[in-house]
Amino acid sequence: MTTRIFVPRDTTAISLGADLIATLIQAEAASRGLDIEIVRNGTRGLFWLEPLIEVETSEGRIGFGPVTESDVSALFNEHFYHGNQTHPSCLGLVEEIPYLKKQQRLTFARSGITDPVSLADYKAHDGYKGLENALNLSGQQIVDEVKTSGLRGRGGAAFPTGIKWQTVLDASGEQKYIVCNADEGDSGTFADRLVMECDPFMLIEGMTIAGLAVNANQGYIYLRSEYPIAFDIMNQAIASAYENGYLGKDILGSGRQFDLEVRLGAGAYICGEETSLLDSLEGKRGLVRAKPPLPAIVGLFGKPTVVNNVLSLAAIPYILHHGGEAYAEYGIGRSRGTMPIQLAGNVKYGGLVELAFGIPLNELMNDFGGGTRSGRPLKAVQVGGPLGAYLPESQWDTLIDYEGFSAEKAVLGHGGVVMFDDTVDMGEQARFAMEFCTFESCGKCTPCRIGSTRGVEVIDRIRAGENQDKNWELLEDLCDTMVDGSLCAMGGMTPFPVQSVMKFFPDELRSARQE
Amino acid sequence: MKMTKHSDWRMDDVRAIIQELKHKPGALLPVLHAIQDYIGYLPDSIVPVVAKEMLLTRAEVHGVISFYHHFRSHKTGRHVVEICRAEACQSVGARALEKHAKATLGIDFEQTTSCGSVTLEPVYCLGNCATGPSVRIDDSIYGRVSEDRFDELMADCRDTMQEAG
Ligand SMILES: Cc1cc2nc3c(=O)[nH]c(=O)nc-3n(C[C@H](O)[C@H](O)[C@H](O)COP(=O)(O)O)c2cc1C
Ligand code: SF4
Ligand code: FES
Ligand code: FES
Repeated sequence: MTTRIFVPRDTTAISLGADLIATLIQAEAASRGLDIEIVRNGTRGLFWLEPLIEVETSEGRIGFGPVTESDVSALFNEHFYHGNQTHPSCLGLVEEIPYLKKQQRLTFARSGITDPVSLADYKAHDGYKGLENALNLSGQQIVDEVKTSGLRGRGGAAFPTGIKWQTVLDASGEQKYIVCNADEGDSGTFADRLVMECDPFMLIEGMTIAGLAVNANQGYIYLRSEYPIAFDIMNQAIASAYENGYLGKDILGSGRQFDLEVRLGAGAYICGEETSLLDSLEGKRGLVRAKPPLPAIVGLFGKPTVVNNVLSLAAIPYILHHGGEAYAEYGIGRSRGTMPIQLAGNVKYGGLVELAFGIPLNELMNDFGGGTRSGRPLKAVQVGGPLGAYLPESQWDTLIDYEGFSAEKAVLGHGGVVMFDDTVDMGEQARFAMEFCTFESCGKCTPCRIGSTRGVEVIDRIRAGENQDKNWELLEDLCDTMVDGSLCAMGGMTPFPVQSVMKFFPDELRSARQE
Repeated sequence: MKMTKHSDWRMDDVRAIIQELKHKPGALLPVLHAIQDYIGYLPDSIVPVVAKEMLLTRAEVHGVISFYHHFRSHKTGRHVVEICRAEACQSVGARALEKHAKATLGIDFEQTTSCGSVTLEPVYCLGNCATGPSVRIDDSIYGRVSEDRFDELMADCRDTMQEAG
């Protein structure tokens, strides 16, 4: 009987050598005359173990990782393909690894289990059940289900998805659009990428359901150009969905139409902001538009448009399969469902941790993350991307919950957790926040465009010890001006990391380290 | 790789690319991507051609090219090497790697080595943030790139250049 061996094909596994491992396993099996089939699955998101290869046995899938080039022939000598667990890299049953077992994977239920471009695999693991239900519902009933779920946008602003959809459903007009925001620009985040590389049909299904809900027949995925593998896998999945009647003029014989295309961004962080994104999709420079009008009413090409993050849309198939209430059973307060947290930066066990809202941040960083990769003390954590505050130790007991983070003047954003050990120079981090804004500002308003350039200069002066008290005051004023006077959150939130350094690490900003 | 030799490209092919894509709604970015994939960069001489075929002004086309970091108006080396400068990579040594890269290659960002093998560019996150420092070379992404690993990768870039003649 053919033995199936799984070698992941997501960016991180490949960045650590998974392609080479797959080639070597194939060659070794051929030279030994063994009957094996290599499946390029998605990743489980346990990145410190990549490349993590798995062997299918009657007891379940046995994992080995991280596997290096030089392990391959030893693995064969130890008959790993029979599920023998003697090789030192053996992890036992993958599903029993505590990091994975302790998670509550609703969105990432299939990640790493299936072949991402196999529609048959997707369907065998509950795929398209949500769409089948949705095809029997009215647009209003679908929107109501999403409202019941309590789902809030996972792209950053946490706006209730059901209410956004209601606005688009109620808007008049023949032509409406579904736009998926796959710009994922925040450092420390990769959950959108994992959806697209490991379970692309889930996103296609979510967008198709959104189309049915609000009566939109065209969707676009706006994907950052930094994700070449996601682009490739997404396109393969879309082609297969078309071939099998899951996209196109007549979805599953329902007479309903939904077309979908991936469009590449071109390396501009601001194009993650939804109105800038729409301008970019229209073929223009990605300038931020003033709101109102909301994109839900005047969106792409002036038409009513749903703009949602990848994770928001990826949660939809579960909600339509199991019902909004089943999703809402997870979570706390006004943060319902699960949040895919991404443990990144200087972390020992980095990866994807999907859990119901409500877990304390330090439990994630320590019980899951295992502390820093360097083994040195943890000093600061930036949550929510480059516009998020740096949290000092006193705030690490904050619960993962939108309101909990707001109360600390922090943001949960897209769920990226970037850990820093005690070698970090917080003054340099504050400077970088302003510098990043100088690179990425769309240039439309002065507080952001000029303010960030001034911010870098003032921070440089403070760090150089020039007129520190006066420049400190200047920096405070500048931050206030940017927060109050910017058109969008790029300029409006860039001060957050800076202010957090001023508040919690003032000495480090005042005394620049000598090189 | 998708890239052709920069000197061999023909304007007729550029026109064909535009013809193929221009019917799409909001076609300018897809058109520019396709041209850059074909030539390796976006030479000034294509601007009037794109503008004419797509009924835009030259200023509009130029404005779009200059807005996006990914679009380049200048020829690159045989390989484009992007080093991640964003926070998660900073926390595991990206700043030191950047210094090392610039020093060993003898160039700054947006410059090309004199042998023509490598153009160095900054990038802000490759979505590989649990296993940084991250580097992208053409369409391949590498994780946990130490200084030694970087040197190995650069040696490969030079080798493939020699093989290619
Ligand atoms: C500077 C800036 C960058 C943003 N980047 C992203 C991004 O990369 N991905 C994303 O989904 N949302 C991003 N957003 C939020 C979007 O504007 C918008 O709120 C989101 O796409 C709505 O989808 P959701 O409700 O599903 O979250 C960004 C916002 C700002 C101000
Ligand atoms: S705040 Fe910055 S990015 Fe936002 S609109 Fe103004 S200039 Fe553009
Ligand atoms: S998008 Fe303009 S205020 Fe935020
Ligand atoms: S911060 Fe470098 S890959 Fe994300």
